[in-house]
Amino acid sequence: MNPVDQRRRDFLGKAAVAAGAMIAPGVILYDYAHAKQGAEPVSGKVRWGMLIDTTKCASGCRECVDACNRENGLPGSTRPTDSQWIRKVDLKDLKSGKAVSLPVMCQHCAEPPCVDVCPTGASFKREDGIVLVDRHTCIGCRYCMMACPYKARSFVHEPTTGQKPDVPRGKGCVESCTLCVHKVDRGGTPSCVEACAAAGHGAIVFGDLNDPASEISKRVRAATTTQLRADLRTDNGVRYQGL
Amino acid sequence: MEPTSASSRRAFWALLAAGGALVAVALGAAHYMEVHGHAVTGMNNQVVWGLPHVFAIFLIVAASGALNVASIGSVFGEAAYKPHSPLSVLLTVALLAGGLMVLVLDLGRPERLVVAATHYNFRSIFAWNMILYNGLFAICALYLWALLERRLGGYAKPVGLAAFAWRIILTTGTGSIFGFLVARQAYASGVIAPLFIALSLAWGLAAFHLAQCGLARLAGREPMDAELHARVRRLLAIFVIAALYFVAVHHLTNLYWAKQAAFERFILVTGAPYPALFWGGFVVAGSAVPLVLLLHPGFAGPRATAAASLLVSLGALAFLYVFIIGGQAFPLEIFPGYEVASAFHDGQVDGYAPSLPEFLLGLGGIAAAFVIALAGARALPVLPPDTVAVAAAK
Repeated sequence: MNPVDQRRRDFLGKAAVAAGAMIAPGVILYDYAHAKQGAEPVSGKVRWGMLIDTTKCASGCRECVDACNRENGLPGSTRPTDSQWIRKVDLKDLKSGKAVSLPVMCQHCAEPPCVDVCPTGASFKREDGIVLVDRHTCIGCRYCMMACPYKARSFVHEPTTGQKPDVPRGKGCVESCTLCVHKVDRGGTPSCVEACAAAGHGAIVFGDLNDPASEISKRVRAATTTQLRADLRTDNGVRYQGL
Repeated sequence: MEPTSASSRRAFWALLAAGGALVAVALGAAHYMEVHGHAVTGMNNQVVWGLPHVFAIFLIVAASGALNVASIGSVFGEAAYKPHSPLSVLLTVALLAGGLMVLVLDLGRPERLVVAATHYNFRSIFAWNMILYNGLFAICALYLWALLERRLGGYAKPVGLAAFAWRIILTTGTGSIFGFLVARQAYASGVIAPLFIALSLAWGLAAFHLAQCGLARLAGREPMDAELHARVRRLLAIFVIAALYFVAVHHLTNLYWAKQAAFERFILVTGAPYPALFWGGFVVAGSAVPLVLLLHPGFAGPRATAAASLLVSLGALAFLYVFIIGGQAFPLEIFPGYEVASAFHDGQVDGYAPSLPEFLLGLGGIAAAFVIALAGARALPVLPPDTVAVAAAK
């Protein structure tokens, strides 16, 4: 082998080592990004949902709202530009005067209008029925907010502070209730459900609507429940009892 | 367009500088909105599309209609319109660019435009519109080339036909942005697509007439021969009537449905400032007065037609303010039959008040269209040669 070939060989060898050293950290990061958080991949066999019993929901109680704000790092203020992922709504029947109080959040529709209209596909529905916004591809056009029948989405109008590691937020993007997906994927329950139970109301039941043995499925079978704006046939994952 | 005198050359550069300054101010306003977030606008979580959308939709709808003159020449074979076709196409490009500038700079994340260009959800009419808008630029470029390059003259008709079909589809798409909003009382109607086409015909022809008059004056030429002017005048009147017809059908349909009664009462009678803008701005100042100017024989001059065109354009902005902002200000009806109250302003009419940066951004869109049209008319021979002859004869 002539000296030129040897030098070329040495150069190629060193270059390969250098390239490997440069790429390796990126490969490791890529693996982290694609690691499954839960034990099981997201499955279409599950349909996560909530049943809200309005007869147990107390007017003036904000436990679910406060818990959501704490869990997701939301400021909790209520100016028209502030994000509210869940809010308490007080209703009075115009004819009978009957009063009802209930929380409203993203209804996690099976046919979500927000997903249909999103130009980039940033609004998406997981196999298990949870509707989310991909913060990396949301361009902040707010068309999903125009399309949502439930006023469930908020636009981040100002720079954010106090973000939680599990709940990325950012100015200029749209956001809404994630059904506490970071907890659900680890086998947990949404914070609003836990707070309502801890306050002794137990007005919100969370579970798998596709599992006939789950408490939510039994309750939905036993009682009359309604979906908001059922006329739109969006088939909401959130159902209300006593409305 | 070659300015004939030193004074008109000065006027050209002064107008270009003024337009450029307004565009620069708009870019500054957009930067301010991006740094501080949309909290510095009047928009909020109920009125999510504000004044920038009013200007952007006006420009985009007018852009489609500005092709009228070229279409009448190339597609319908009306020879009298053909010399004006290049300006018509240039104006479409200018208005569309101005509208898209406003639309993009009002995004929450305008720097992610590349995401919008690489990620498409084909169930979204917005995604389709991005393709339609970019496609119209490409078709207009070809069309202008075919119109201005004598050797390509034979292609003007097929490209013109493609442009005509494309812009009808494009305006259908723009109207459908609202028509497909199933949950909102103000929208969710198939009639909005043809309504937007009718509006585009009127607004685009009005914009064309204003541009034609302004550029001809700047070049020291006659704006348009009298016979053609009379036809344009009549045509604009017909388009204004067509737009009124579709607006009437939309509201009458809503008035017939009990579930829409509260919304119609709000938008047409009680929900200040929207009824005043609708009746005073769109119906009277933007339609009825222009119709008198366009149809009454006492106002046959080009100045009266220019005044009518200006009023149609201002009426357009009033219409869109009511349509876009009034439509969102009225609360979503999530619980029919109930009185509703919440900390998220459920059941309440939103008190949207536009802020200065929003207005400046919107105005910058019109300025951008103005600058593109002015510079384009200087660089390309878009003004008809026959008016040169008229001017020379004088």
